[in-house]
Amino acid sequence: MTGVQNTGGRRAARSDDDTRWPFLLGVRHHGPGSARAVRAALDAARPRAVLVEGPPEADALIPLAADPDMRPPVALLAHAVDEPGRSMFWPMAEFSPEWVALRWALDHDVPARFIDLPATHTLAWQGEEDVGARREPQETAERAGAEGEPAEPGTRARADGLRADPLATLAEIAGHDDAERWWEDVVEHRGAGVGDPFAPFAALDEAMGALREAEDGAGENSRDLVREAYMRLQVRAAQKEFGDDGVAVVCGAWHVPALRRRTAVAADRALLKGLAKVRADLTWVPWTHRRLARAGGYGAGIDSPGWYAHLFGAPDRPVERWLTKVAVLLREEDRIVSSAHVIEAVRLAETLAALRGRPLPGLAETTDAVRAVLCEGSDVPLALVRDRLVVGDVLGEVPAGAPSVPLQRDLDRLQRRLRLKPEAAERELELDLRGETDAERDRLLHRLRLLGVAWGEPAVSRSGTGTFRETWRLRWEPELSVRVAEAGVWGTTVRAAATSKAEADAVAARGLAEVTALAERCLLAGLADALPTVMRILADRAALDTDVGRLAQALPALVRSLRYGDVRGTDTGALAEVAAGLAERIFVGLPPACAALDADAADEMRRHVDAVHGAVGLLEETAADATGGAAGEGASTEGGRHGRGLRGRWREVLRVLAGRERVPGVVRGRAVRLLLDDGQLDHEEAARLMGLALSPGTPPAGAAAWIEGFVGGGAGGGLLLVHDERLLALVDGWLTRVPAEAFTDVLPLLRRTFSAYDAGVRRTLGELVRRGPGERAGAERAGPVPRGYADGLDTERADAVLPVVRLLLGLDDGRGSGGDGDSEPVRAGTTGPWEAGT
Amino acid sequence: MSVSVDPLFPEPAQQQSAQPLRPHAEHAFATELTALAAQDDRPRPARWKLSPWAVATYLLGGTLPDGTVITPKYVGPRRIVEVAVTTLATDRALLLLGVPGTAKTWVSEHLAAAVSGDSTLLVQGTAGTPEEAIRYGWNYAQLLANGPSRAALVPSPVMRAMTEGRTVRVEELTRIPADVQDSLITILSEKTLPVPELGEEVQAVRGFNLVATANDRDRGVNELSSALRRRFNTVVLPLPESVEAEVGIVARRVDQIGRSLDLPAAPDGVDEIRRVVTVFRELRDGITSDGRTKVKSPSGTLSTAEAISVVTGGLALAAHFGDGVLRAGDVAAGILGAVVRDPAADRVVWQEYLEAVVRERHGWTDFYRACREVSG
Repeated sequence: MTGVQNTGGRRAARSDDDTRWPFLLGVRHHGPGSARAVRAALDAARPRAVLVEGPPEADALIPLAADPDMRPPVALLAHAVDEPGRSMFWPMAEFSPEWVALRWALDHDVPARFIDLPATHTLAWQGEEDVGARREPQETAERAGAEGEPAEPGTRARADGLRADPLATLAEIAGHDDAERWWEDVVEHRGAGVGDPFAPFAALDEAMGALREAEDGAGENSRDLVREAYMRLQVRAAQKEFGDDGVAVVCGAWHVPALRRRTAVAADRALLKGLAKVRADLTWVPWTHRRLARAGGYGAGIDSPGWYAHLFGAPDRPVERWLTKVAVLLREEDRIVSSAHVIEAVRLAETLAALRGRPLPGLAETTDAVRAVLCEGSDVPLALVRDRLVVGDVLGEVPAGAPSVPLQRDLDRLQRRLRLKPEAAERELELDLRGETDAERDRLLHRLRLLGVAWGEPAVSRSGTGTFRETWRLRWEPELSVRVAEAGVWGTTVRAAATSKAEADAVAARGLAEVTALAERCLLAGLADALPTVMRILADRAALDTDVGRLAQALPALVRSLRYGDVRGTDTGALAEVAAGLAERIFVGLPPACAALDADAADEMRRHVDAVHGAVGLLEETAADATGGAAGEGASTEGGRHGRGLRGRWREVLRVLAGRERVPGVVRGRAVRLLLDDGQLDHEEAARLMGLALSPGTPPAGAAAWIEGFVGGGAGGGLLLVHDERLLALVDGWLTRVPAEAFTDVLPLLRRTFSAYDAGVRRTLGELVRRGPGERAGAERAGPVPRGYADGLDTERADAVLPVVRLLLGLDDGRGSGGDGDSEPVRAGTTGPWEAGT
Repeated sequence: MSVSVDPLFPEPAQQQSAQPLRPHAEHAFATELTALAAQDDRPRPARWKLSPWAVATYLLGGTLPDGTVITPKYVGPRRIVEVAVTTLATDRALLLLGVPGTAKTWVSEHLAAAVSGDSTLLVQGTAGTPEEAIRYGWNYAQLLANGPSRAALVPSPVMRAMTEGRTVRVEELTRIPADVQDSLITILSEKTLPVPELGEEVQAVRGFNLVATANDRDRGVNELSSALRRRFNTVVLPLPESVEAEVGIVARRVDQIGRSLDLPAAPDGVDEIRRVVTVFRELRDGITSDGRTKVKSPSGTLSTAEAISVVTGGLALAAHFGDGVLRAGDVAAGILGAVVRDPAADRVVWQEYLEAVVRERHGWTDFYRACREVSG
């Protein structure tokens, strides 16, 4: 063991009297077996002080553990005050030995202290190793204390595992894959724990000593030595204060031999000189069973916290109770599980345990029994059992009196007022924004998201659409407490913090689209104070940005925000101004930007044109609504003028685009279509433009692109053609006029346009074309029409039929005695059932 | 009298073994079973030949303290065998589920052999299995002559197992018509078989066990009623997880079968076996082993049993018509037969697989050529 004097070797013979104290209870973190053993040992020993492995700054927080509102699993959170992002946890579940020790001390009025290295140092280490981790990507570090000097990966990994969970290593050596099983089998079920509560710890002490000697050199690392030195000093100090025979220490089993070793005080102090410091703040935060694996403080993880909690809490018959819980869960999921199933499962579990040579059934045996009996061999329900019961969704609670950043307190207040409890299980929340409470809840969730506390995710609502409804998916993860603590630098209330963060984000935003997205979020979160800043920055950015595409991308988001503003009742005058300004810039910039684009860019520009068109429409609506509501008639107010003016100017732009040659065909066609839809163009004009675009002089690709712009865009264009005969006539007319050679060139592009339509739409189009006569104004027939299929009557053919008709009707021999109602001679030119040709 | 020997068809060797083609498990592995019985000092349930631990060791393999090596019969997760044996020890019926070719029948046979020393009590389930196969039949001559009596009763294997305290196996339980299946319910829950015609009943003695197998991927299965389902502990036998495991299984079984068919052992056959197993796994999983290309799966199951038969066929081909070394051409026809079950769809799948994967693979050119030849 390098670096530390090894006086008084471990193997020296000791008498029971003087070396029982201080009691070193080496435990497995989060092990219920260890927890029970600790409780029994403390009851028997009755120390005058209890020392626990943990950050000493948390000593002031210990009394809170006795608070009735404190419900594990909870964790001690230490975070660096000046550096958000650096934090560490020491989680404790109700079956953690540390928690049991603290509660015992509080219940028996015995002082309890934490004796691990202070968080200021360990947080500083974490910062160093983060830097190191960035340099060496293969370091799979867990925070604080689990780092080794660069030895070869094999030994280092093994040493890491050993240090983190030495009992698991012992269990592995003994042939068990689960450390808790091994502890149960070895200590609890064999009845050794019943007799002498200290025997298991003494045995563990020796075993750990042997292990540490065996791993000599390969696993040592400097940080552990420092921590152990600190712990030794603390134990010494406590012994001085409470007497040599009054101190019990609960720490990880790995450290027990180090604490028992006698070393010189000076040597220990020397190790502690010159450690880096960082200002740290500590508090209790709620934790979940799921995160017990991600400790951060210890590095030990457990896979089945729900099972351990059950083992710890069950008064008797753990197996029967567990299987009953499983049966209840499966019944809730509509599987048929009867009591007979449970009986058989218990029998199977116990016999399996006997077969495997274990004194009592453990998690593996019960899982196998559940699979074979309750789940009928299938692994699918078993996964559910594992998720809900073996891991579990328990979220701890921390009393209101715990120290926390003001932001956390504000958040707690809001949560209580709005009756929105944080829960570990995921759930969906539907909010109706017309209600006051729901609207506030929505705002709170949006503000939290702005601050980086992603408690809720907006979800697509299943039932009902409409701007009044918002659906959220909520899930409280324990890390969110850290985020809240970090966000505390922004302000003391949620609203203030969100406002300053939004402003800071706006200043730091890189692109125009970011700022508009931020504006949208500000509106969603109801941060009216942040809006002026964001708007100013938006206006500045828009003024400086020369890329029409980006501007066009930003506009729809802005207009959406305007609409939200109306729905949520915020004042959006400034926003409307900015939107109008942005729209103006786009109008000016669009025609030059459309010149000389290649096919991909042209497609994108077409999309922009569509987006802007939609946005302008909404803008005018919104402006009209706003002014209409405000000023009654709203005839000549700014907003109204804005709105109408905007649309008029947009139409001008479209006209320009439609007429300019250098603009790619797709965009031109789209512009013509939009004008046609708006009623600004009549069909003759559209036909003329189409004719121009599709005249033989233009290259076929350009013509097909024009068509694509005109009627393309998926179902919308197709339906338009179906319902508007005149447009169909236009297209049909052009198509039939195309000469044969050009047709083959044009065909692939046309096919692309028309293949985007639905099959139903295509069929309808085909039938319409086949049916032929409708109002085909302006269409010419190509080629001669087969006789009898023209529009008007073909009198020659009609005359030819007359004799036969007379014969049929019996008019010739004058026998028509009223049997047929058609006694009038059929004359050509009257309409009747035999119109020529149809 | 001299015996003329026809020179064209000489007498076969006198050593023609009268051994059956496939001896029962309790005969084939008699040495292992006796060694286990001798060394087994753990408690045995009534009428069991071995203790549960010994049965598990027999199935999973191991080494006894005196050095006897027990070959593994089932290669797979340990817990499956443990749950199966424990089920039998707790007097529950065992239901083995799985896709065809995952050794359900194999495991049930060996379980019966190890537990009761007798795997011949077998009810083969088909769509036409009558109730007599499960309960009892009548000796009609006796019946007509002397009226109903115990002597006129023809016991089914189930009834014999109940009276003698042995293990009975029911194969393809889901194929049996539902009304016949349900006659098992009383047998399994009350362990009695009422004989209403005689006004008597047959009660099972300790040591009676029932092992059923069922196929969960088939047409024309009769689902078990929930009452019957409840009487069973279900164990699902999975397909082998890794290529290595599957290759090991195939190699071992091919070896065993080859010996019983007097096929000479093929040296260096492991590479071909690995190739066959890889092809089967990729087609089964729908993705190549390096996880880069998706392939379509054919309609068949391509289980381990089929891989074994393909390789055995290939070995036979190599031994009798080739040079004794297992090559790509020997297995190609077998693979084609195993993969292409539905001539329309599977053929396309096979062609795609051949062109997209086999052709590109390094070192598989001989295989590709052989497959092309066979596919025509």
